[in-house]
Amino acid sequence: MSDLAREQNQPVPVLSARDIVKNYGGVRALKGVDFDIYPGTVTTLFGENGAGKSTLMKILSGVERPTDGQLILDGESVTFTSTVDARDRGISIIHQELSLSPNMSVRDNIFMGREIVRAGRVDYAEEARQAAALMAELEEDIDPLTPVGELRVGQQQIVEIARALSVNSRILIMDEPTSALSASEIEVLFKVIHDLTDRGVAIVYISHHLEEALEITDYAVVLRDGAMTAKETRDQIDLPWIVRHMVGDHFDLGSPPEGYTFGETALSVQSLTVPDASATGRAAVDDLSLEVAAGEIVCIYGLMGAGRTELLEALAGGSAIERGRILLDGRDISRDSIAQRIAAGLCLVPEDRQRDGLVQSMTVGRNMSLASISEFVRNLFLSSRDERSIVDDSIRDVHVKTDGPDAMIGSLSGGNQQKVVIGKMMSTHPKVILLDEPSRGIDIGAKAEVFKLLSERAKQGVAVVYSTSEVSECLSIAHRIIVMGRGRIVAEFGPDVSKEQIMAASGESAD
Amino acid sequence: MSETSASTRQAGSSRGGLLSGGIDPLALLLEGRAFFGLVAIIIVFSVLSPNYLTVDNVLTMTSHVAIFGLLGMGMLLVILTGGIDLSVGSTLGLCGVMTGYFIHGIDLGPLGYTLYPSIWVVFLLVCGVGALVGLINGVLVAYFRVPSFVATLGALYAVRGVALLITNGLTYNNLSGKPELGNTGLDWLGFNQILDVPVGIIIMAVVAVILAVTLNRTAFGRWLYATGGNARAARLSGVPTKRVTVLVFVLSGVCAAIAGMVLTSQLTSAGPTAGTTYELTAIATVVIGGAALAGGVGTVRGTLLGAFVIGFLSDGLVIVGVSNYWQMVFTGVVIVLAVLLNSIDYKSRRGQKNKSGGDNNKPAASTATTEKSSSVGASTSAGA
Repeated sequence: MSDLAREQNQPVPVLSARDIVKNYGGVRALKGVDFDIYPGTVTTLFGENGAGKSTLMKILSGVERPTDGQLILDGESVTFTSTVDARDRGISIIHQELSLSPNMSVRDNIFMGREIVRAGRVDYAEEARQAAALMAELEEDIDPLTPVGELRVGQQQIVEIARALSVNSRILIMDEPTSALSASEIEVLFKVIHDLTDRGVAIVYISHHLEEALEITDYAVVLRDGAMTAKETRDQIDLPWIVRHMVGDHFDLGSPPEGYTFGETALSVQSLTVPDASATGRAAVDDLSLEVAAGEIVCIYGLMGAGRTELLEALAGGSAIERGRILLDGRDISRDSIAQRIAAGLCLVPEDRQRDGLVQSMTVGRNMSLASISEFVRNLFLSSRDERSIVDDSIRDVHVKTDGPDAMIGSLSGGNQQKVVIGKMMSTHPKVILLDEPSRGIDIGAKAEVFKLLSERAKQGVAVVYSTSEVSECLSIAHRIIVMGRGRIVAEFGPDVSKEQIMAASGESAD
Repeated sequence: MSETSASTRQAGSSRGGLLSGGIDPLALLLEGRAFFGLVAIIIVFSVLSPNYLTVDNVLTMTSHVAIFGLLGMGMLLVILTGGIDLSVGSTLGLCGVMTGYFIHGIDLGPLGYTLYPSIWVVFLLVCGVGALVGLINGVLVAYFRVPSFVATLGALYAVRGVALLITNGLTYNNLSGKPELGNTGLDWLGFNQILDVPVGIIIMAVVAVILAVTLNRTAFGRWLYATGGNARAARLSGVPTKRVTVLVFVLSGVCAAIAGMVLTSQLTSAGPTAGTTYELTAIATVVIGGAALAGGVGTVRGTLLGAFVIGFLSDGLVIVGVSNYWQMVFTGVVIVLAVLLNSIDYKSRRGQKNKSGGDNNKPAASTATTEKSSSVGASTSAGA
């Protein structure tokens, strides 16, 4: 391995951070972190939510200034005054949240803020040529004049990457670049990363997909609570090593709860067809039938676009269905409103908690009680005492770490926000609870807690259906694993299936 | 912003009890900025003119405040859901005209009768007219997905046009009614006092209490804040967001109708052009009162303060003899200043949040908070 050779030859880091401290108010987000980036290698930063990964990357890319400590670029101490300053010195960052203008074309987004100007006018032809070249390099068949808003999220991510490539960065920071990409797109991205490192570009990579990151990385650095806990080369580490250093102790996503028998069929889906909102004539969910018993935990696995989200949303009443029936305890609810379905005992924890789950202008408590307001209405008026007791129970039930129900929702970490959304839906006393990617964007500790919570509910007779795009999460608490593809169920497994079988069924290659 | 800042202050003071027991003077100043603004206005104009703080003038000013307050509260409800209602000025005008029309008798032409409803019936009919305008707005916005700005902009023109059509551009005078017809009593709204308080301001206070209780103590109120804060999340939580939207426009129309009747009574005439540009004043009262135009944040109390600020400021400027043109400049500056303070408020809240997180010493959670807030800052700076 070439990087190993460099390691032995004492490689010179292109960018080093020394003893970086970052305080926000009284909080120490970073407590004296050392971090080195070597040319032509991939360094992956591991850590739970709130470990300080994003903060460190923001300092490296000039978004934020460190409270204390030093940045050394090419052996010289530097301070970045802005992202533009850092970019001019060859450091680019691809943020977790996309920063593209949907109304503008791919070309205009790539060259936004540094348009190619000839004789006082923008040279659109040259921009288009370069944009097309970048798209070709990324093996993505996108016309540079397509408005970004018309692209799939994965393709938008590619545009974001193209933008970073277009400035000829020496250091490229990628914060969760694959979260919206399909398996084939990830493959292309990894190829691009290899090309870049061959050219001597240093890559800093952040991802919650540990296995995926392991595939690409040369160095691993683990952060915990704002401090570096471990640093090692690729050949010295494996998955348990990363997890051990991230969480501090061993973790377990759990196993299917046992020792009870399932009840009657709680949810029965019969020949459900849901039209695709983005393309007419296509079905996002295609003639799908499914039965879930009370107390059973079903996991739905599938790639992006397999129809998981559309299925769950249609079940919850969030989108219209074309054909089919949805029976809850034998009663057809397919014509009911969302509120009626919640009252009947079926609820959904949506995939995107910021967009669909939480009201940012409300407190933790009010978010928590939003779906069960009718439970504390007394003669027209809300009873704050009853609300308080419902909220306090929920906070305890789902183990939300918060200053109290009056804290603003934004003050919580991602995992705790997710628990609030789950708690909100749990407090409606559901018979069937649907969760769309409940572990998205939350750390392993919170993930394990969420799964534990779900298996406890299942034992009490609640039917649980959750979707995931991580195979390891299929093999945790689910009694049954369903693989979806193109709106249909393509395979069904018991809990003793192997990861490879699941991935093969979904059309994904196992390696 | 005052709803949020109020709750932050609550949370802040409970934490304050744990940590220091002190009160942050800046937070207090920001929380009460509309109130302090009002006090400053009163002091300045009292010094400038001996006539400002007299009983007569205060009564005059409050009668203006009542109009702005009523319109503003209706507007607040719409703004809380993230919408806007540009039609309230026109609705006010139409409802004034309809008041005059009903008092002058409903001509049932072919039957040969003229119907003179009693003043209470007039009141209900006019509220019904306001509600109808709101219903049309609300249905357009909620069910036909017309942006509220456009739907109510259309209503601004159309409703005004209807008011002009009904009167043929003329003004209804002589609105006292006749005792033998049993439709007297409109004067009472604009001129009478109960315990030395003008009826107009009492009506405003009653509406304010009803709306405040609705917002804070009923499911509908909670739905309203949730719809404005995040309509998608509210809908998926079972909140009937479409019905909420329709209802806030209806309530806004009713508020405009009440304001229209009070104004008609004060002016003793019903002109079809009454209330022109009042929709902008109403928006100003809501904004000065600390509500966020994005929705989800705002209080009745703040809006009332905003109405007092606008009313007491513009009347003060008249009393001290500032020219009409300068009055507009001053009013504009006050509105922008109020919003400017909102953004300061926002920044200080971010600071507070971080501080409290640190004092609680929950490293994982608190660092996440700061990452979160800094990412907000990052995305804004990147956008700029």
